[in-house]
Amino acid sequence: MVNASHTKKILERSYIIVALILLYTPILLMIIFSFFNTSAFSFKNGFSFDAYESLFNSSNSKKLEDALKNTIIIAAVSSVISTILGAVAAIGIYSMSKRSRKIVENINQLPVINSEIVIAVSLMLFFVTFKFPAGYTRLLIGHISFCTPYVILSVMPRLMQMDSNIYEAALDLGATPLRAIITVIIPIISPGILSGFAMAFTISVDDFIITQLNKGTTTGIDTLSTYIYSSMHTAGGLKAYWFAAFSLIIVLVVGTLLLINLRKYKSKAHIKIQ
Amino acid sequence: MEQGKMATDKIIELKNLCKSYDEKPVVKNVTLSIKKGEFVTLLGPSGCGKTTTLRMIAGFEKPTSGSVHISGNDMTQSPPYARNVNTVFQNYALFPHLNVFNNIAFGLKFKCINDGTFFTDKNGVKYANLRKFTKTEITNKVKNALKMVDLEEYEKRNVSSLSGGQKQRVAIARSLVNEPDVLLLDEPLGALDLKMRKDMQLELMNMHKKLGITFVYVTHDQEEALTMSDTIVVMKDGVIQQIGTPQKVYDEPANAFVADFIGESNIFSGTMIADFKVEFCDHLFECVDKGFKFNEPIDVIIRPEDVKICNPDEDITQLTAVVSSCVFKGDHFQITVIINGGEDYEMLIHDNIECKVNATVGLCIKPFDLHIMHKARIINEIKTEMWDFNIVEISGGKFPCNCDLPSGTKVLVSIDFDDVVIHDDEDQGIIGGEVINTIYKGNYYQCVIRTDDYYDFFVDTEDDWLKGDRVGISVNPDKIVIKKIEDTQNGD
Repeated sequence: MVNASHTKKILERSYIIVALILLYTPILLMIIFSFFNTSAFSFKNGFSFDAYESLFNSSNSKKLEDALKNTIIIAAVSSVISTILGAVAAIGIYSMSKRSRKIVENINQLPVINSEIVIAVSLMLFFVTFKFPAGYTRLLIGHISFCTPYVILSVMPRLMQMDSNIYEAALDLGATPLRAIITVIIPIISPGILSGFAMAFTISVDDFIITQLNKGTTTGIDTLSTYIYSSMHTAGGLKAYWFAAFSLIIVLVVGTLLLINLRKYKSKAHIKIQ
Repeated sequence: MEQGKMATDKIIELKNLCKSYDEKPVVKNVTLSIKKGEFVTLLGPSGCGKTTTLRMIAGFEKPTSGSVHISGNDMTQSPPYARNVNTVFQNYALFPHLNVFNNIAFGLKFKCINDGTFFTDKNGVKYANLRKFTKTEITNKVKNALKMVDLEEYEKRNVSSLSGGQKQRVAIARSLVNEPDVLLLDEPLGALDLKMRKDMQLELMNMHKKLGITFVYVTHDQEEALTMSDTIVVMKDGVIQQIGTPQKVYDEPANAFVADFIGESNIFSGTMIADFKVEFCDHLFECVDKGFKFNEPIDVIIRPEDVKICNPDEDITQLTAVVSSCVFKGDHFQITVIINGGEDYEMLIHDNIECKVNATVGLCIKPFDLHIMHKARIINEIKTEMWDFNIVEISGGKFPCNCDLPSGTKVLVSIDFDDVVIHDDEDQGIIGGEVINTIYKGNYYQCVIRTDDYYDFFVDTEDDWLKGDRVGISVNPDKIVIKKIEDTQNGD
């Protein structure tokens, strides 16, 4: 018996290890590549920061820098706006009757389960039909529209966990509905809002298809992902500094994800005490 | 204070208050006035509309019809924050992101008070200048409130670290610190354990005495209601059954439901033979009631402690009975006896004499301890239509019967209580329904089964059916009495 459970444990462990290796080896490999010499993908010339250096002083540095700036600006603006929209929408959905709440929640799920290319194409058609100005406007609207459902998804559980009498208690003690929302509801759901914000920021940085189809060809606006994709086709193959750029994206995304998880652990610990 | 306006001492007046959710009535025509300083309890089983009534006083629900007056002003449409009443919720509803101090101070931050000065507008109307409470005022008020609920040391504590009893104290302090005209309490002790509940009952009563604020208390616990209140309002199915002092409600229940719900009681079906004479359990008794119809079927209610056990040979003995069980209950014995007579009637007695099982005892009941009341209903009567020859439709079900009226004929169907058959399996009955009430009547149970279209079937049955269960109903075709309703308006 002891032996059997021992073998089971070993099998469980090795399964996890194999899965993790398969998942992370490519990423690790790329990070290692980013420390190769610029010309050859081997350590023949030893460990070097050339790739990172070329990020800043190659002929494409300016464009790369612009792309990075665009990525961060678009992610920041769209995640802030979609957090506000999402949080307010979640509070609205929460106060609906049970039936209409279910309907709206299901509609909200659509962009999440829908394939990204469908959203990208439909957004493109929408922008062209209604003649939205090309460039930032389209990109921001696009990013906001696919980030907001994620914010709603992360705020909703917080609201549902909340004691249903809390809002009434605030009204009862003299707060107007708006004051009750600002002084009671929002502080209580703030962990959900924060993780929704982090999620929105991450998926905005992460996005390629929607940006690629909606950035417009003449505006010259590129985010990191679209810039890397397009320059790969124009300049003859992979360039070493991309690995550095990829690594940068990974650091950005992993950093935000860590932030979410830390918040989650914190709020879980909080619930436990309750 | 304006003189002359509402010189009465009524602080809350509910007038013909009704509330329905999706066409389903929850509160039906409730009219109630509550005096200033009174401790009023709304008492009833769950789903009787007591909490909904309280929520309409607080302003969380808008009545479907009727009005709510607070301190003489019509507040029916006012939002909760405009009413000078505060609520203590069953699950406390404390703000988890604030500490004890800030929870209690929450309401004070919104309050405006007269700063002692006035201004007069061009029409000569005098207004008070308003200001908010200062920080020190708030601190003092919160400290006083904490002192009142014995939580002086807890102001910096996180509310999630408090015990249930402490949370409820904070919730009470949070409401009382606003000095409301009325404190509404929605089963505030429901989540506490028995010992804590008893302590809090006493504390709430002391607070009520000390502060002189009107308390409106909602509970389903009849003992709590009897202990604490000045006035009890017994509700059932959204309708007020009785309003009275605890003593009055206990000693003179208005109907069999109140008698059964408050305290223990023996309920028997009987007949009024004449004024001051009633027959039940196959015996004739003297009573103090008159004015009933000759031979009117009635319910007789006897409290277990009003039955005296005596020697069967004594002169005062009215009935003889055989003891079937005797249980010591601390301050009395709970004795169950079977009355000697044609049928076996069971009676519950509280007395301080120990009885041997199977011993024959005499029973004596004083005339004024027999509470006689009209029956809510003596037969199930339903106005409906024939479905076909020999089939009548009742509550959406097709009941076979012996009647050759054609389909569509309007008829009045009568079914005796003991002719309705209840099936454990809903599918075995012709229609289904929910058991909403059962009352033991000495040798049988009277159940009320509510069908899906809200007709209440009264059923006399041998078995005790569990309240809330779904059951099936059928009726022997021979027992369905059908009378044609003559159409007074000719032609369709």
